Amino acid sequence: MRRTHIQVRLNGEDTDLLCEPRQTLLEVLRDELRLTGTKEGCGNGNCGACNVMFNGRLVNSCCVLAPEADGAEVTTIEGVAEGDHLHPLQQSFLEEAALQCGICTPGFIVAAKALLDDEPDADADRIRHWLAGNLCRCTGYDKIVKAVQAAQGQSQEAPTR
Amino acid sequence: MTAAERPILPKLVGERIKRREDPRLITGHATYVDDLKLPGLLHLAFKRSDSAHGVIKNIDTSAAEQMPGVELVMTGKQLAEILGPMPIGTPFPSPDHYAIATDRVRYVGEPVAVVVAADRYLARDAADAIEVDIEELPAVVDPEKAMQGEPAAVHEGFENNLAVPYVPGGTGVDPATMEVDNSALDKAFAEADVNISQRMTNQRLAPNAMEPRGVVAHWEPGKEQITIWSGTQNPHILKTMIAAQLGVGQHQVRAIAPEVGGGFGCKINIYGEEYTAAAISRKLGAPVKWIEDRSEAFMATTHGRDILAYVDLAAKRDGTVTALKLRLIADVGAYNMLLTAAVPTLTMLMLNGTYDIPVVRAELTEVFTNKTPTDAYRGAGRPEATYFVERAFDMLAHELGMDPADVRRKNFIKKDAFPYTTQMGAIYDSGDYETALDRALQNAGWEQLKQERDQARAEGRIVGLGLAYYVEVCGLGPSASLPTGGWEHAGVTIERDGRITATTGSSPHGQGNETTFAQMLAEQFGVAFDDVTILHGDTGVVKQGIGTFGSRSQAVGGTVLMNAGEKVKKKMAKFAAAMLDANEDDLVFENGMISVKGSPGSGKTFAEVASFAYVPVPLPPGVEPGLSDEAFWEPENNTYPFGCHIVMMEIDRETGEPRLTKVVAVDDAGTIINPMIVDGQIHGGLAQGIGQAMIEEVVYDEDGQLVTGSFMDYAIPRADDLPWFEMDNTVTTTPVNPMGAKGVGEAGTLGSTPAVVNAAVDALSPFGVKHVDMMLRPEKLWRLMQGGGA
Repeated sequence: MRRTHIQVRLNGEDTDLLCEPRQTLLEVLRDELRLTGTKEGCGNGNCGACNVMFNGRLVNSCCVLAPEADGAEVTTIEGVAEGDHLHPLQQSFLEEAALQCGICTPGFIVAAKALLDDEPDADADRIRHWLAGNLCRCTGYDKIVKAVQAAQGQSQEAPTR
Repeated sequence: MTAAERPILPKLVGERIKRREDPRLITGHATYVDDLKLPGLLHLAFKRSDSAHGVIKNIDTSAAEQMPGVELVMTGKQLAEILGPMPIGTPFPSPDHYAIATDRVRYVGEPVAVVVAADRYLARDAADAIEVDIEELPAVVDPEKAMQGEPAAVHEGFENNLAVPYVPGGTGVDPATMEVDNSALDKAFAEADVNISQRMTNQRLAPNAMEPRGVVAHWEPGKEQITIWSGTQNPHILKTMIAAQLGVGQHQVRAIAPEVGGGFGCKINIYGEEYTAAAISRKLGAPVKWIEDRSEAFMATTHGRDILAYVDLAAKRDGTVTALKLRLIADVGAYNMLLTAAVPTLTMLMLNGTYDIPVVRAELTEVFTNKTPTDAYRGAGRPEATYFVERAFDMLAHELGMDPADVRRKNFIKKDAFPYTTQMGAIYDSGDYETALDRALQNAGWEQLKQERDQARAEGRIVGLGLAYYVEVCGLGPSASLPTGGWEHAGVTIERDGRITATTGSSPHGQGNETTFAQMLAEQFGVAFDDVTILHGDTGVVKQGIGTFGSRSQAVGGTVLMNAGEKVKKKMAKFAAAMLDANEDDLVFENGMISVKGSPGSGKTFAEVASFAYVPVPLPPGVEPGLSDEAFWEPENNTYPFGCHIVMMEIDRETGEPRLTKVVAVDDAGTIINPMIVDGQIHGGLAQGIGQAMIEEVVYDEDGQLVTGSFMDYAIPRADDLPWFEMDNTVTTTPVNPMGAKGVGEAGTLGSTPAVVNAAVDALSPFGVKHVDMMLRPEKLWRLMQGGGA
């Protein structure tokens, strides 16, 4: 199939690549650019495992065609940390053990970052509502919500053991 | 650095140590099956049946074969020439089951052909170009009709679709002859003050690990060896089965479970896609990859639960339960998979619950239908048992007007009665059920919650309280209880630099074994946590193993790791004794040093001792060089963790929508290595148990079509569906292993499901509701509030 040239500002770097018009952004990230931190959980926008930032908006990259990303600014999980310095959300996920198998975790961190960038004071209900686009089968979300709160630096309203 | 200057190492076992798996997972740098790439990799796609039941008349693959980039197309019949019917792990007679259907299809999603192509798109397009002509047969959907042979036979030779015709168990059943004596049962029911009788369903679920299944198979013609990467819970079983199916030696197979994105039981079974990938890679001499999509996961990955019960309970007016009888009918779907037939037998085994009931009887029948096969799903048989028993006990409490907690307390097995042999034949190792009950009631504020509920009712709100108690069979188990063998294996090596590398056959998929096992070994040797590495998941590195399921990693895998460590520690002491000119029994291992008791300043570092052990000049008499050993171990019995879950629910009067307002859990898993990890395990179990009660259900229509084939139709809990979890635990150790650990992977699913339904029934009791089957669809609850049936 004829391949299309696109240019993406990816995790802060200008990136040129050739893709098939029918490829999704998710597949291009994973297969062409070897950025495999972004995951496919359902392929139809229901689970959030493929969440990336696209021109400042949180999107499911499985539902974006790669040519749509031409000229766009895209941030993936690989671009969340600054060099060796973990993002506060990554640090709090680590502290709270807010993950188990880890397959959904990149999506959660990207999604939570999108929330906190816009609404740094989001309360627990707002966090749960925002993260309802991301499915996790391991954690029951308890520690994930706590981790997001910890990254906010706000006191936890959750009951503890 | 002298011993006096070395930092005192912190205690590790029992501490909330951060998971060492997490840095790679939170940065996107972990490698799951789908992240693997090999040179020359080809991709598989399966053409799957759209029909639930039918005869394959013709498969036209010509269009697919002509598509550019397509390497190979195979039908089931062609594949059967190189791949025999798939093995299972249970002793019951079973119909042949080929990786790809050969002549008949028996569930929607069953593979009928496979395509091999240069990329995933081409493979998918080519699979879509295959034309399959199927002569439809009536779909067998209702298990109770299927048992009468209606409307069709799923398999020839299995009369009335009976996969397992009739297994009686419990009081009055002779386990040797299966002869049944009903006298005690009949007497108990005849003399009862109260009889409870209810048909209950425990509906079919889709496990939905967030990572779908996947496999990469690479047969290397020159070496005559295959490496197979798979998202599996048990790479060593995969290796054994692949070797058997390919007809090669086990030395020719290396199985690797890389990072695995959840399992929940559905990645125990070895699947047709794995065998197919292996056979095709060998045929082509090229690496091949197959990654399941979510739609396939719903139809072609094993389902869980799906068992219904006719429950009868006899009791005295004071709440003493005198007999319990269950007729169980399991809808196992179209085929027997690895453990399919065994899962409902675990339901039977656990029907005593936590209670000293003098007469317990169960009769089990397993039935084939035209649905996706069932197999283990988190809890695997035990949540079903807990649900039936705990619903029956709540119905009794309601009938007698007793507090649900009091009915349970009245019938508990007392803590001095352990080990306790149940009517079903289980030997419960240890338990203190009252303490955990009291703790749960106290933590929940039970009496106050009851007042709040009554107050809310007086205001016209629909509020209910639910409590459930569970006991689980875990730490599987002696080899008598597992067809794979019930042991586990570990290896421990002190490297030349003094660091410890250990291997475990307990191959995790999110449980954090790398962390907990390192905590244990580091403490055993008195070294820093960071100086211990745990390797797993690769049969080329881990010599032997069984795998991670049945909440067995800690109880079995942890114990054998300690045993292997102890062997190495003893040998290390011999080398250290020679270096220190001391008696090996006088040595202490602490703070990374081995020294003579009472004189820590004289010690040797691990690096020094290891250095000597690998270049031992002179070699101490009676000692071999090197510091490495291994161990096998199996427990003499299973473990029986337990706990109590309490929930509060409010149902919207206008819409019927239920909402949990409180979840309290007190679990007893015996000794805990890392409370942070244990909390996480229970959290996840609670979510799945609540999911089953409230929003999850696999639905087939009357034609056997899968209605719930995506996350649009099959709901799993989302962050805004759940409240905070209030956690606590008691510790009752098990005598079955030296650590006293019982296992915790499945516990959360056991109590939560019946607790939620008990809360819903309690909430709806003002409307005369005595039982409601799962799931708690708002429309169903709304109808009940209008006085209609569910």
